[in-house]
Amino acid sequence: MVQKFKSILKEKHHFSWYIGIAVFFLVIIVTLFLILSASKQIDYSWQWYRVPARFFTNEVIKSDTRGEIDSITIEGTTAVIEVKTEDGIETFRVPENELLLKRGDFVAPGTILAESKKLKPGILLQGLGLTLMISLYSSVFGIIIGLFGGLARISKNPGLKWLSTIYVEIIRGSPLLVQILIWYFVIGTLVNDNLSMMGMSKIPPVGWGIISLSIFAGAYVTEIIRGGIESIPKGQMEAARSSGMSYLQAMVHIILPQAFRISMPALTGQFISLIKDSSLLGIISLRELTKASREIVSSTMMTFEFFLILAALYLVITFPLSMFVKHLEQKAKIK
Amino acid sequence: MIKAEHLYKTFHTPHDVHALVDVSAEIKAGEVVVVIGPSGSGKSTFLRSLNCLEEIDSGHIEIDGIEVRHKRTNINKIREEVGMVFQSFNLYPHKTVLQNVTIAQEKVRKRSKKEAEKIGLALLEKVGIADKVNAYPENLSGGQMQRVAIARSLAMNPKIMLFDEPTSALDPEMIGEVLEVMKTLAKEGMTMVVVTHEMGFAREVADRVIFMDFGKIVEVGTPEHFFTNPTHERTKLFLSQIL
Ligand SMILES: Nc1ncnc2c1ncn2[C@@H]1O[C@H](COP(=O)(O)OP(=O)(O)OP(=O)(O)O)[C@@H](O)[C@H]1O
Ligand SMILES: [Mg+2]
Repeated sequence: MVQKFKSILKEKHHFSWYIGIAVFFLVIIVTLFLILSASKQIDYSWQWYRVPARFFTNEVIKSDTRGEIDSITIEGTTAVIEVKTEDGIETFRVPENELLLKRGDFVAPGTILAESKKLKPGILLQGLGLTLMISLYSSVFGIIIGLFGGLARISKNPGLKWLSTIYVEIIRGSPLLVQILIWYFVIGTLVNDNLSMMGMSKIPPVGWGIISLSIFAGAYVTEIIRGGIESIPKGQMEAARSSGMSYLQAMVHIILPQAFRISMPALTGQFISLIKDSSLLGIISLRELTKASREIVSSTMMTFEFFLILAALYLVITFPLSMFVKHLEQKAKIK
Repeated sequence: MIKAEHLYKTFHTPHDVHALVDVSAEIKAGEVVVVIGPSGSGKSTFLRSLNCLEEIDSGHIEIDGIEVRHKRTNINKIREEVGMVFQSFNLYPHKTVLQNVTIAQEKVRKRSKKEAEKIGLALLEKVGIADKVNAYPENLSGGQMQRVAIARSLAMNPKIMLFDEPTSALDPEMIGEVLEVMKTLAKEGMTMVVVTHEMGFAREVADRVIFMDFGKIVEVGTPEHFFTNPTHERTKLFLSQIL
């Protein structure tokens, strides 16, 4: 990559090449300038310094009552704070070395009693983690579903064939947002209510999020795998079968490994889509990256900063993946 | 070894083609039978029906005493005994030369990896590819690929070998090396059915020649019979065109 870049710089270029480069940077600079000056016009106050706290925060323990600290006793590493309120004494337990207040201080709801020195992921990173976690699980399940879906699609058994075709058409023909709503509010209600009637624990929203995305991705993976299998020359299956392998053995050892290799770029592309599509899951109150950003925006009013950061974070994840796809396609071309 | 009786096969797409019309043939153990005929005459269909790659409409096929089309016959068991070599090689591109030769031994014959490799290496040596065992098929020449394909079939210790135009996709200078391997095989007593346009091979190696046209067997005879005084007009015409 770096090597390639260096060699581009070293080469002698035509005049128009330099013009092209100049235009490239000009467009970027002008765009940034326009955004900045437009935001000045509406008196938008950029507060980038408040951003890092949403990535990492110190854990704090807050008071939820109003009153005066009556006593602080140390019990080992724990400090027991007793607050005298209008209705009597309330006790808080905080780590002794993180204590911020002393006897006689007044506290109100929201007053920070203790602050840990250790940083922990802020709401934004937690959202990012959830987004990645959901995308990863959904991809794995999606590939498993798609593998069987693809095999069913090319199966000679009409039942399997029709079922998989209907599945693919329904999923690809309706908006993901609608599917998520149905999974959570219709199927989710049915299943969870029945589960709790049988005394079992409910499937949490994150479960429904993963289910809806897996089923959604599974339909696309089905078509990718089917295409991959169909692109393998018929002679491969014939050679394998004529050496005595069963259909299953031929699939597992000969056809699918080749089909997966061919499908790799498309599958990675599907994973990229999945990461972006997971931004819809906020609708079922999953605090993934997008939902987390919206919550931050509504509490801080830093609309511009956080929505720009939101886009940038998605790009940070998807860009390496799409470079990987390019790499795979390049490699396939050379072969 | 092979008994085919009254085989019929009609393809319906894109339009009706009678690929096999009342084809009967018997091939004894150790015999080398060459099938010749113009393009589209049903040679491949006949060959492929023998190991059920092509499903026939009616007729009986018996291989090594087992009725192939019987409901209770496990076709995979039959195929273990019948090797097939294709015009387009059909090597597995994601496997090395050695893996190409060992995979079916391990998965079908249930040999250990070590045993399969030992057998595979010996066969690759026999067909003259010993120096390429770890190469991938894409790095081989056509002639080398076809020799690997033959070794791959032989690795299963088949009783019968079917060849469907094994040299038709090869550059002329590579045809010889493949035919050489096949001749050796014939000398060793392998039962072989070979579809080919290589008349030299037919004349030298074949015990019998079958001439097919329009899905029918027109004439059967020894190579001498065919290349000196064939009976049928169609045979004469075909041979005059090809020789
Ligand atoms: N899968 C198929 N579907 C439809 N028609 C087919 C199919 N396979 C073969 N045929 C037709 O059946 C006839 C016999 O085909 P076959 O491949 O057996 O001929 P062949 O003698 O092997 O010819 P060639 O020398 O060209 O290989 C041809 O007319 C061919 O078009
Ligand atoms: Mg043919």
